[in-house]
Amino acid sequence: MSPVDRRYRYVYKPLLFLACLVPLTWAVGGVLAGAGLGIDPVRRVLGIFGKTTLNLLGLTLAVTPLRVLSGNAHLLRLRRMLGVFAFTYALLHFLVYIGPFQGFAADAIVQDLTKRPYIMVGFAALLILTALAATSTAGMMRRLKRRWQQLHHLVYGAAALGVWHYWWQVKKDIREPLLYAAILALLLGWRAWRRWRRAATSRSARPTAPERSAA
Amino acid sequence: MPRRPPGTPRPSEITPERIFRTRRDLLLGTLAAGAARLAPAAGTPPPTLSYQRNARYGVADKPNTYEEITGYNNYYEFGTDKTDPAARAGAFRARPWSVAVAGEADVTGTFALEDLLRPHALQERIYRFRCVEAWSMVIPWVGIPLGEVLGRLRPTSRAKYVEFTTLLDPRQMPGQREPVLPWPYVEGLRIDEAMHPLSLLAVGVYGRELPNQNGAPLRLVVPWKYGFKCVKAIVRVRFTERQPANTWAVATPNEYGFYANVNPAVDHPRWSQASERRIGAGFFAARQPTLPFNGYAEEVAGLYRGMDLRRHF
Repeated sequence: MSPVDRRYRYVYKPLLFLACLVPLTWAVGGVLAGAGLGIDPVRRVLGIFGKTTLNLLGLTLAVTPLRVLSGNAHLLRLRRMLGVFAFTYALLHFLVYIGPFQGFAADAIVQDLTKRPYIMVGFAALLILTALAATSTAGMMRRLKRRWQQLHHLVYGAAALGVWHYWWQVKKDIREPLLYAAILALLLGWRAWRRWRRAATSRSARPTAPERSAA
Repeated sequence: MPRRPPGTPRPSEITPERIFRTRRDLLLGTLAAGAARLAPAAGTPPPTLSYQRNARYGVADKPNTYEEITGYNNYYEFGTDKTDPAARAGAFRARPWSVAVAGEADVTGTFALEDLLRPHALQERIYRFRCVEAWSMVIPWVGIPLGEVLGRLRPTSRAKYVEFTTLLDPRQMPGQREPVLPWPYVEGLRIDEAMHPLSLLAVGVYGRELPNQNGAPLRLVVPWKYGFKCVKAIVRVRFTERQPANTWAVATPNEYGFYANVNPAVDHPRWSQASERRIGAGFFAARQPTLPFNGYAEEVAGLYRGMDLRRHF
């Protein structure tokens, strides 16, 4: 095992794991202590889990740009943990909505899931994240081969649906959802720009390309 | 490097305007303290009121605590987070206060709050409070029936509606510096709604003067309507012949209407209004069913006979 492997295995990954547990510890500790979550703890815990999902999705999507810009390919090793934690918090968010928020009222939940666009959008994001988390193992990666990459491009959709879900549930003050949308646009825009540039350079590198010969 | 004339402060030494202003406000506040009674500093509860408990208006459920009522507020003039009003309204000056009366009434003009309230005895009423966001509280208000105050202003036969306006003062109300809503906040009632004995002009809560975050010094309480009808820090009352525009209906007309009666059968476009979460009930408490007209149907349903409440939501 190289020194870099050791650093990632014994230092960076455990530290990231602990950092990802901070919001959960805060929420569970607050509920158990009956303090520290303000006057409406249900809403607060929903918010903590929901925003942590968005934050982790943002970090997951930031790995590739950071890797390219810094030239440090090892960063990729942290991505799966970020993604799986994003799914975990989305699931926790959903469970708090089912239990403490809706009181397990099946009719109300079914109505929400079929009638309320912002709930449907959030639920769709959760379904995508579930599929991605289920196929996040090395074995699944091997089995799905090229299709794994295609499947995991759905993370872009999940992030967009998540921001949309957040945007739709605020009453009027959209400044924070707007910030999330701007960050997401930046992360996705960078990819689009890079793809477009690659396509352009590969065209110009081939003098026999039709556009060239026509000119 | 650019040269500065001698004696010019370096950029890093200049106090940002925001801090400068806060400092000025603090100084002004200290001066005012010497001169007159003053909005209490954050942490000290407001002065107590003398009032009679009105036993006709009670609620079987236990009232919410003072901390819940004064720490969880929708009052966008001080910010959109529910904790913003308690955190940011401390320096608000609710005294001296005057209210302008205008429009279709014999008695118009500007009145000192004390003069407006003096002829009336304060009473305490415990009301249910239902927010349009599907949470609720039980609140012991202290106030005066709105109809008694409006009656003394002798509205004319053309007064079909009453419009209420909140103070516009972005210097004191930081939320008004953001275009989240069209300021100032305006609300309205039909005249028969305003004259209904349940409508209350509140000046206190839990036997004390209203804290700033609850709409000091004067706010409306209409318990069968969603909370956003209960306009706070009222500076103007205007009797009109036409239905006044109310802020939320102007800002988001497909989601909020003029009537805003609590109605479990008419959902908000984005969420159900069939049930509500009682604030303070605990993390694992069950939701409660929302009652038509927030439980006041017997008293007020007659006001809307023949109206399509799906259309007039």
